[in-house]
Amino acid sequence: MSNTVMTKKGKIADLRSRDEIKAERRKERTGVYLVVPGLLLLLLFFAVPVMVLLSMSLYARPEGASIGEFVPALEFRNYATVLGSYWPDLLRSFGFALIATVLALLIGYPMAYLVAVRLRQHGLLQGILLVLLIAPFFSSFILRTQAWKQILADEGFVAQTMKFLAILPADGHLTATPFAVVAGLTYNFLPFMVLPIYANLGRLDTRLLEASGDLYAGPMTSFFRVTLPLSAPGVFAGTLLTFIPAAGDYVNAALLGNNRNTTMIGQVIDSRFFKVIDYPGAAALSFVLMLSILVLVTIYIRRFGTKELM
Amino acid sequence: MSRQRAINEQRGRLSQAIGQAQASRRGVLAGAAGLALAGLLGACGTKGASSGPAQALTPGIDISDTEELVRWANWTLYLDYDDKAKHYPTLEQFKKSSGLEVRYVEDIDSNDSYYGKVQSQLASGQDIGQDLMVLTDWMTERVIRLGYVQELEHANIPNLKNLLPSLNDVRFDPGRTKSLTWQSGYTGLVWNKEAFPKGLRNVEDLWAPELKGRVTLLDEMRDTIPILLLDQGIDITGQWGQDEFSGAIEIVEKNIQNGQIRQVKGNSYKQDLISGDALAGIAYSGDITQLNYEEGNKWEFIMPERGGLIWSDNFMVPFGATHKKNAEKLMDFYYQPDVAAEVAAYVNYLCPVVGAQEEMEKIDPDLVNDPLIFPTEEFLNKASTERELSVEEENDFQNQFQEVIGV
Repeated sequence: MSNTVMTKKGKIADLRSRDEIKAERRKERTGVYLVVPGLLLLLLFFAVPVMVLLSMSLYARPEGASIGEFVPALEFRNYATVLGSYWPDLLRSFGFALIATVLALLIGYPMAYLVAVRLRQHGLLQGILLVLLIAPFFSSFILRTQAWKQILADEGFVAQTMKFLAILPADGHLTATPFAVVAGLTYNFLPFMVLPIYANLGRLDTRLLEASGDLYAGPMTSFFRVTLPLSAPGVFAGTLLTFIPAAGDYVNAALLGNNRNTTMIGQVIDSRFFKVIDYPGAAALSFVLMLSILVLVTIYIRRFGTKELM
Repeated sequence: MSRQRAINEQRGRLSQAIGQAQASRRGVLAGAAGLALAGLLGACGTKGASSGPAQALTPGIDISDTEELVRWANWTLYLDYDDKAKHYPTLEQFKKSSGLEVRYVEDIDSNDSYYGKVQSQLASGQDIGQDLMVLTDWMTERVIRLGYVQELEHANIPNLKNLLPSLNDVRFDPGRTKSLTWQSGYTGLVWNKEAFPKGLRNVEDLWAPELKGRVTLLDEMRDTIPILLLDQGIDITGQWGQDEFSGAIEIVEKNIQNGQIRQVKGNSYKQDLISGDALAGIAYSGDITQLNYEEGNKWEFIMPERGGLIWSDNFMVPFGATHKKNAEKLMDFYYQPDVAAEVAAYVNYLCPVVGAQEEMEKIDPDLVNDPLIFPTEEFLNKASTERELSVEEENDFQNQFQEVIGV
């Protein structure tokens, strides 16, 4: 935009010389060439599988066929069937993912702020905390979730204490509840929230905060009018990185959930595929999940997306 | 300074990753119509899951004579293992005596998921990468019915004479020409003796108010439903059908909805028993023996008075396997009583080999009279197996079961 100017006639004039424009074009072309390998990779490992998924979701099972036998068809009823049975699980997945994302933001933002801004003068401490933030990645996702099962177990310290304080009824339990599933999701995806916000706040110019202080803004006002808006791209990235995988997650629901009100769509896809051997049903659900995330994320980007991220 | 650079780099990568994700998603939206069309075209060419019984397929060519290898896929914790030496003692013995290399993998965690994994290869007669696989009776029945396995050469398995006589003829494989028993086991009731001293006599007792939220059921339809049918006095070997099935599934549904059942689980139910989250439930015999050994003698396993289940897991040579003769040698090895006893002392399931009980005396005298390893009349009298299900029933029942257990 800086190279153009509005003329009197209302047209946009380019102020750059011919050579400059040529050089610009050449740069663009090099950019295109560099993108080619990535595009090919995407085509091979994303577009083709999506096509296969789509075609599979329309397969039909012939009458009397053996289990696992399907023939190519245009069985759009597959979608109606699985959605009819499993729409509550789809909604629940997005609900859980949303709650987990909000919780992760509420927990993660202060963490990121502490490490990135408050401890800026204390390099060592900052480094240690940063390592601690990333440390969970050093052990297996399943193992960590399994550990939560032990932590929240009926005979465990947490449940016993809560019962003692009468927060939890005597016959209540923590595992096998929606609470445990959302807690698991929040915990497991927290680093995905913290790291982008941390990366963003790391660049925060603290002089701006001084300036806002000089203008008689209290700490709260400074935070909401300066820090938060400036870190919006980090928050935006964090929420996406948390919400998308959380919506499709099934490990937390499988390990920490029950069979009544915690089933997530990932579990259903898993069981359609491996238990019922209903490949078309599993494919249809996967496709619906992908499409729903796509739509939700598109809306989100349109509504809150910032230029800086593009 | 370097930290700052690292941060900038990190941020750059993140926004790049997100930008890419957006680009690809946009691309999908824009090209959705095109993709759909391409998908249809793809449908014609995708072999994926389209596959019927192996018709007119030729079995894998046996290269046993030239390649000294046998590949065996088994369930987890289903072969004697030495924690210190980090190997399977009997398997080492076999390697030494036969001179064969064995590629052993604990690849099977559930009949359904293993079937889901290899079905399309089996159907097209391809090598699934295994010369031996071990599946439960009902799945063995399905796999044999579909012609997915090779015929065994009994002459190569002289020790087959040691197979328990009752297993010489089974309904899905008369004369055992396509499958041989690896281990057997019971499905029955378990409870924590310390926390629930009252104990159980029948499946019905799981619905007692004091067990609310502490009951675990198995997520294998073939275990949970038949044992519930038995509880209602139904002869599971007879002609029961949808009505009886509905009766059983309603009980499961009711007790899931009212919170009596905490979870319906696969092999991981053991962890819930250990943590104390589950105090009672339906379980496999060998698991409980193992738990009692490892975690202190806390649990009791019984066959319900109204009956429990007996099942076997069977060796089979997949249709595309390329080392059948070597696989037969391996099976032959495991039908030696002393080897079988060694395996049984570790896995604690029912041993299908005659003479192993005498051999057990040398290994672990405590186990010689363990009714969960060497069958007794008392247990056998209460044990039965459900009738064969038709393909449609199998599909239907599985569907209904999954819907009720919520996944």
